[in-house]
Amino acid sequence: MASNRNSSRHQTARHRLSVIAGHLQRPADSNAAVLAVECKAQEIRPTVKTGDRSEGRTVPRRRQEIMKWNGWGYSDSRFLFNKKGQAEFTGRRYRLSGMIIPNLKDWFEGTFGANLQHKTPATPILNSSAVQRPTLNEVFVEELKSTGIPFSYEAEDRVFRSHGHCLHEIFALREGKFGRLPDMVIWPNCHNDVVKIVELACKHNVCLIPYGGGTSVSSALECPPEETRSIVSLDTSQMNRILWIDEKNLTAHVESGIVGQDLERLLNESGYCTGHEPDSMEFSSLGGWVATRASGMKKNIYGNIEDLVVHIKMVTPRGVIEKSCQGPRMSMGPDIHHFILGSEGTLGVVTEVTMKIRPMPEYQKYGSVVFPSFEQGVACLREVARQRCAPASIRLMDNEQFKFGHALKPQVSSIFTSFLDGLKTFYITKFKGFDPNRLCVATLLFEGDRERVLQHEKQVYDIAAKFGGLAAGEDNGQRGYMLTFVIAYLRDFGMDYYVIGESFETSVPWDRVLDICRNVKARIIRECKDKGVQFPPLSTCRVTQMYDAGACVYFYFAFNYRGLSDPVHVYEQVERAAREEILANGGSLSHHHGVGKLRKEWMRETVSNVGVGMLKSVKDYVDPNNIFGNRNLL
Amino acid sequence: MENKYRVLDKVAQQDDEEFMDIVEDKRCCSDFSFAFRTFSPPPYKGAPACSTAELNRAVLESQYLRYEIKEVAVETGSSVEEVRDEVCRILREMSQNLQLRFIRLMAFTARKVFKRIFSAIYVNMEGVNALQQAAQESPVILMPNHRSYVDFLVISYILFSYDIPLPVIAAGIPLAGMKIVGEILRRSGAFFIRRAIRSDKLYWAVLSEYVRTIVRSGFAPLEFFVEGLRSRTLKSLPPKLGMMHMILEPFLKGEVFDVTLVPISISYDRVLEESLLAHELLGVPKPRESTTGLLKASKVLRENYGCMNVNFGRPLSVRQLCEGKLNRSQYNLIPRDLPQKPNAETEACESWLAHMIVRIQEEGTLTSPWSLMACVLLQVPTAALTEEGLLFHQLTEQTLWLRKLALDFGAHLSWPEKLSDSEVMSSTLALHRSVVYRKAGRVYLVRGDEPERKHPISPEEDMMRTAVAFLMLVSYRNQCLHVFVRPALLALAMSITKSTQRDELLTCFCFLQELFSNEFIFIPGRSSQDFDEACSLLKKCKAVHVSLWDVTVSDTGLAVLSFLQELLKPFIDSYQLMFRFLCEERDCVFTEKEFLLAVRTLAAKLIISGELHTYEALSSDVQKNVLSALRRLGAVTRIKTSENNEYKVNKSAVRRTGDMLAGRIPPQVVQAVPDARL
Repeated sequence: MASNRNSSRHQTARHRLSVIAGHLQRPADSNAAVLAVECKAQEIRPTVKTGDRSEGRTVPRRRQEIMKWNGWGYSDSRFLFNKKGQAEFTGRRYRLSGMIIPNLKDWFEGTFGANLQHKTPATPILNSSAVQRPTLNEVFVEELKSTGIPFSYEAEDRVFRSHGHCLHEIFALREGKFGRLPDMVIWPNCHNDVVKIVELACKHNVCLIPYGGGTSVSSALECPPEETRSIVSLDTSQMNRILWIDEKNLTAHVESGIVGQDLERLLNESGYCTGHEPDSMEFSSLGGWVATRASGMKKNIYGNIEDLVVHIKMVTPRGVIEKSCQGPRMSMGPDIHHFILGSEGTLGVVTEVTMKIRPMPEYQKYGSVVFPSFEQGVACLREVARQRCAPASIRLMDNEQFKFGHALKPQVSSIFTSFLDGLKTFYITKFKGFDPNRLCVATLLFEGDRERVLQHEKQVYDIAAKFGGLAAGEDNGQRGYMLTFVIAYLRDFGMDYYVIGESFETSVPWDRVLDICRNVKARIIRECKDKGVQFPPLSTCRVTQMYDAGACVYFYFAFNYRGLSDPVHVYEQVERAAREEILANGGSLSHHHGVGKLRKEWMRETVSNVGVGMLKSVKDYVDPNNIFGNRNLL
Repeated sequence: MENKYRVLDKVAQQDDEEFMDIVEDKRCCSDFSFAFRTFSPPPYKGAPACSTAELNRAVLESQYLRYEIKEVAVETGSSVEEVRDEVCRILREMSQNLQLRFIRLMAFTARKVFKRIFSAIYVNMEGVNALQQAAQESPVILMPNHRSYVDFLVISYILFSYDIPLPVIAAGIPLAGMKIVGEILRRSGAFFIRRAIRSDKLYWAVLSEYVRTIVRSGFAPLEFFVEGLRSRTLKSLPPKLGMMHMILEPFLKGEVFDVTLVPISISYDRVLEESLLAHELLGVPKPRESTTGLLKASKVLRENYGCMNVNFGRPLSVRQLCEGKLNRSQYNLIPRDLPQKPNAETEACESWLAHMIVRIQEEGTLTSPWSLMACVLLQVPTAALTEEGLLFHQLTEQTLWLRKLALDFGAHLSWPEKLSDSEVMSSTLALHRSVVYRKAGRVYLVRGDEPERKHPISPEEDMMRTAVAFLMLVSYRNQCLHVFVRPALLALAMSITKSTQRDELLTCFCFLQELFSNEFIFIPGRSSQDFDEACSLLKKCKAVHVSLWDVTVSDTGLAVLSFLQELLKPFIDSYQLMFRFLCEERDCVFTEKEFLLAVRTLAAKLIISGELHTYEALSSDVQKNVLSALRRLGAVTRIKTSENNEYKVNKSAVRRTGDMLAGRIPPQVVQAVPDARL
């Protein structure tokens, strides 16, 4: 135990060093060729080569070293208003870092009616004394010690594993309030460690909650308050190795705790990638993707997680489940992978995954198209889907979101650029007659070899032209994608000034896309009004993924809660109403966020009684004593 | 549940609302400059306006119609092109062609006519403003009650005056047949619907797609009469649900966020068609709508018709009203472009909604002094009214008493405030000299002119002379029946059951509601609330004591109760007469025509012999209602034959119903078959 702590302290120190070194070594040519990875945080490479196996990994055991305890992402990155009252993004990790964002203030004040004078700062320091004392299962702890697997019951560690990033979770943390927390955190190092932990948990009837990247937005990580057993958070973050790469079959066998950015970077070093890039990929883990049926931005080329996995190993209370071969497709009854995919930690812990990999693309190009109206944009996307010529990513933002994206434009250095911007605006609104309050923009990302990309680009732009779309440059496109990586930081920023918000998503057949967008947005606005919200809310959507038979729609919703006594409750009521509206309009309960506990009340009506019964019977067989007791899904 | 019924209360709170006379208002400027005023309604937020041609094309090219065309082609064995041509024909016949210049022409003419025939047209400004607001937010459906041909002219006229997008109006096809006028109406926004189209699949498809497209596009309010046709009796009619379904479908299927319903209550001091209607009820066929007929009818323009009141109800959000009543995900699994029969839950909700609209229309109408007087006059024996007459001061006294009762019951009166009561009475009598006249301090019922014949007139003909005026009087009484009907049914239940027990009274009350649900509008599934309302109203006017278990007559309550019972007596008598007829008739199978004729003959005989006191049994409306009531109660069944609908009577069931109504056997609440006819 002692040595354990010692080594962890050692690691910490080393890591800090590497962070500092990284800061100093930030590449100077940040304006170089546009690359997708630039949207995300810059990796921070350790300069000190050691034999430490966590080398090059982002997530330390003690997350508090680099991440916020009561907000999104890295501690050093946040939006704030500087002394001159201009919005600024701090840190050095992102393309936007260190830049002034001149339009954000006006947009923020204009959209929400917020005011820089009215602040709602968060509790700055985690007050450990406010945290419940852990309920420990002594025998379990004793036996665990003998295995040598590191664990902790420090308040900070427990708080970190007690939540995802739902609004109510973050709001409570900012107020320094804690509900039921895991009583203990364990960091297994490998598959065998997990087997031991699960065995012990079964033996001593301890509740296990698997924890990957902690980016859940479905209340999936919340500890059920009614749970009386000791709750152990099983943090897979240290199981983060690529075990092997099979270049003949183009697969890689990876431990489940690896986070997206590490997986991608490490594969890139060998010239490969998975192409799986969910917006949360900086922090979310492979195991979490499998457990929630995640979807990546570039799924049009690479597929969603269910298309990417070839083999899964999961430890359950009944033992280990896996297939005996790696055939690319099988007909042997219902695919057992599909019991695991989307099981949301209710059946066991995913420990190792074999995934498809691809050679890194030779060329990437962003693009954007402006449409006179959202209706025309959707019609264009529909046509692109019909012709099955979707680029790696294509997203259509509505007018509000377009303006939002625009507000995030960093200060331009040259007069020439701003002059050009003005000219562009003039061309689109005056010359082409687009109504600035109706137009919307599609952002595109093409990937592949250079020639094909250019050809593909032309094809897509030609289709767009038929629907009145005008090419609007790479820059607009890239900014669109950037928005998704900084949106969670922006939420924390809003919460400093009485603004709360959240995103949610659905998937829906093509013919209903327009209707669902209109109705859900209108419903949000109406509900806010009915619930006494004093200011008009931000209610915006984008079509983010497309399929043959439908699309994924993503909603942002935020409002200024000044004057409300229980803003979170109001927020939850509105979100609930929005979800009902989605279901009434033929949308699904979730496209990729999952069900968790937030949406499980609708499971029965969406999958039928028999469907719920099927899932239940699997749960009853695999985990009769509810060891994996996070109570998600059912 | 609560907030849905508050809708009704809201209307009731409009008491001190400002009504403005729009005719008076405009007299300051010339008709010409009024017609050429700048018309600039604020645009609809949802979508840009679309032209008539675009609208028709959208309908024609809709997935739904393409599907239906294929279906019909297969069923009838004709080619798709033929069916498509037929659709084009239907659409040409149906579609409106709204053009502002014709509206201007209409406005010009209408203004001239209105100024001549009405002393004032009062409109509630608050309602107009709310409508203007609502028209920008979501598709608006205007739902006026229908008492006169003038109704929709007036509404378009008002909308034109107040810069509200002009409505497209569902009108009956006969109007389209009128030369020139039909075309003018079409260009003023009317679209035309054939009658009895349930069985015509193709027509139904075109119409429903046409209506849905208008609602979806939302740029113009859609106006239709939920009662389906002009009420011949000035009583509200049970709503027709077909159109209701069409306008709700875009909301149900999520194609629009919301649909706003605006009930409009129109009330006339005197209806232009009054004697025409009475004749129609007595079996004289309605003249075909024709342009020459219209010109001939221009003599009605020489008379004065008093005031007209147009009360725009509060805009109602369908979304709010239907919340929790409907499962919109029922449409998730079938493409929305395909026809899909609404499920029972939806039908029930639509019926509830339609009934509620009619109730709101009723509550929004203003009760005129004349209508109250008609109630009083009808309680006087008819013979006395024609021979001896009623003392004027007695009429005044009783009308004023009734006014107080009506106010207690929450009625809205259009009682001129500036005049003294006797002035009001006199001017009202003068306005209605077609029905009553005053001579030497007494009021008499007008009898029709004696036909100039050689031989003395037969007793039947003599009776008919009274019947016309009587039925006109009945119509005006009907205008305010909705104010009294709930307490009256309770009063009736008290007299039928001779009981004071609440639950027994409730059972009888429900039975009466069921029996009379064609006569009066009751919102389905609200019987017990209606009962409670009746109790509290009677309690309010101190006619009864209400406890948890009992409802008892108070010392002073007899006058009110007997008045109310007497108010409904014509209905009871007429129903009993027809029950008796059906039980005594040898034949068990008959057509509707045979039934109407036989009942009329029998009623006439009994009236002449003095056995029957009400002329209402002569009204074809009451006769038809009896038939529908019995059908609903399962005592009469309809057998479909090749040409005519035939009815088969279950005599014992009819007798039982009669016995229940007479209080000879305790009433049972019959679980009626839901009225699925859309």
